[in-house]
Amino acid sequence: MPFMIASQTKYLIIKEFRLEMRNKYALGGILLYVVSTVFVSYLSFKQIINVPTWNALFWIILLFASVNGVAKSFIGESRGRLLYLYTLVSPQAVILSKIIYNSLLLLIISGLCLLTYSLFVGYLVQDLPLFILTLVLGSFGFSSLLTMVSAIASKTSNNFTLMAILSFPIMMPLLMVLLKLSKNAVDGLEQWDLNYLAVLMFINVIIIALSYLLFRYLWRD
Amino acid sequence: MKNYWWKILAIVLVLYTVIAGFLIKVPAQPILHETIRNLYFHVPMWFGMMTILFVSLWHSIKYLSNSNIESDIVATQAAHTGMLLGFLGIITGSIWAKYTWGAWWVSDTKLNGAAITLLIYLAYFVLRGSLEEEQKRARISAVYNIFAYVMLIVFLMILPRLNDSLHPGNGGNPGFNKYDLDSNMRMVFYPAVLGWILLGVWIMTIKVRIEKLKRKTLTND
Repeated sequence: MPFMIASQTKYLIIKEFRLEMRNKYALGGILLYVVSTVFVSYLSFKQIINVPTWNALFWIILLFASVNGVAKSFIGESRGRLLYLYTLVSPQAVILSKIIYNSLLLLIISGLCLLTYSLFVGYLVQDLPLFILTLVLGSFGFSSLLTMVSAIASKTSNNFTLMAILSFPIMMPLLMVLLKLSKNAVDGLEQWDLNYLAVLMFINVIIIALSYLLFRYLWRD
Repeated sequence: MKNYWWKILAIVLVLYTVIAGFLIKVPAQPILHETIRNLYFHVPMWFGMMTILFVSLWHSIKYLSNSNIESDIVATQAAHTGMLLGFLGIITGSIWAKYTWGAWWVSDTKLNGAAITLLIYLAYFVLRGSLEEEQKRARISAVYNIFAYVMLIVFLMILPRLNDSLHPGNGGNPGFNKYDLDSNMRMVFYPAVLGWILLGVWIMTIKVRIEKLKRKTLTND
């Protein structure tokens, strides 16, 4: 059974990539969203030299871009296609493939965000490895949480509004830890705060485990 | 007598809390003064809220395993009652904060946790409101309830231990157990916790009964 889920997940991820390649506008749209948001903040702030402001603005931009990027993963799916998947594969494979695919998407988004943000608003990071580690773990966490919330929100009628109000409060624990870690990275503290890194990993594991267990109740209609 | 002994116990304990809480001698402390009596009202609200939200979580899990709509009714009404206790906790805490910290609201991990709790459960009600079909609403909101409660536990249990709080008993502030040399306060505090929890459960059972009756009249018509 685990082997079956793994192979189904692999095929579903390939399917996601194929779909994305066929419809490049969606990906281009979300990347443009990041760049224009960064540019808007550049025009309003010019350079930011205050560390907490730099950090907070960066994560707010990333938060909104992630919500927009992941929202379409279930909300955009047609009923017919979900029904077709329902007859073919296990629910665990569907949620895992979406989480993995969205993680990769968010990695690209956060990379682009860091690049443009550093270019326009200013580059203050002193401990780049820790910052990148935080970004990677944050992308996984955002992706698993938002994928699940997107699955919940897609069942309702006003799903885009709901996506935001359902996800923001439960993202707070994750976001708090991320803000703290990335601020440490920007400040370039001597020692890595292993407590916070452990909590971040723990949150990631919990979200993925919950999604894995709960998704099958969501998608049968 | 067999079934409602705990309701009598609730009345007795809450009456005892109110009377003894205002009359029994408390340790005189600078800054705190008489506001220390808030311990009997503010703190039990959070105990009660967490207990009743746990009941809500438990019934959401039960709903996913047995699909019995009664579990859904209990889960919702428990969430409503938990919100009531949460608002009371915020109000009592806010008034207390005004007289001891000098502001209605300060940035503190525990306060943020309280605000996030309210946001999460308000989002839960919005989610319920936007789903029409009964079984679907019950199932999807149960999934969100479980997901949200676990993230809430992370926020309320783990993050305050990594950050300092302004609350008594945290961050180097002495808790009430340091002042309470003759155990006077304990004699009121523990009954108060039990009394408020029982009162909360009582309110919840009444709300559940009302909701069941509403459903009954609806299905009969």
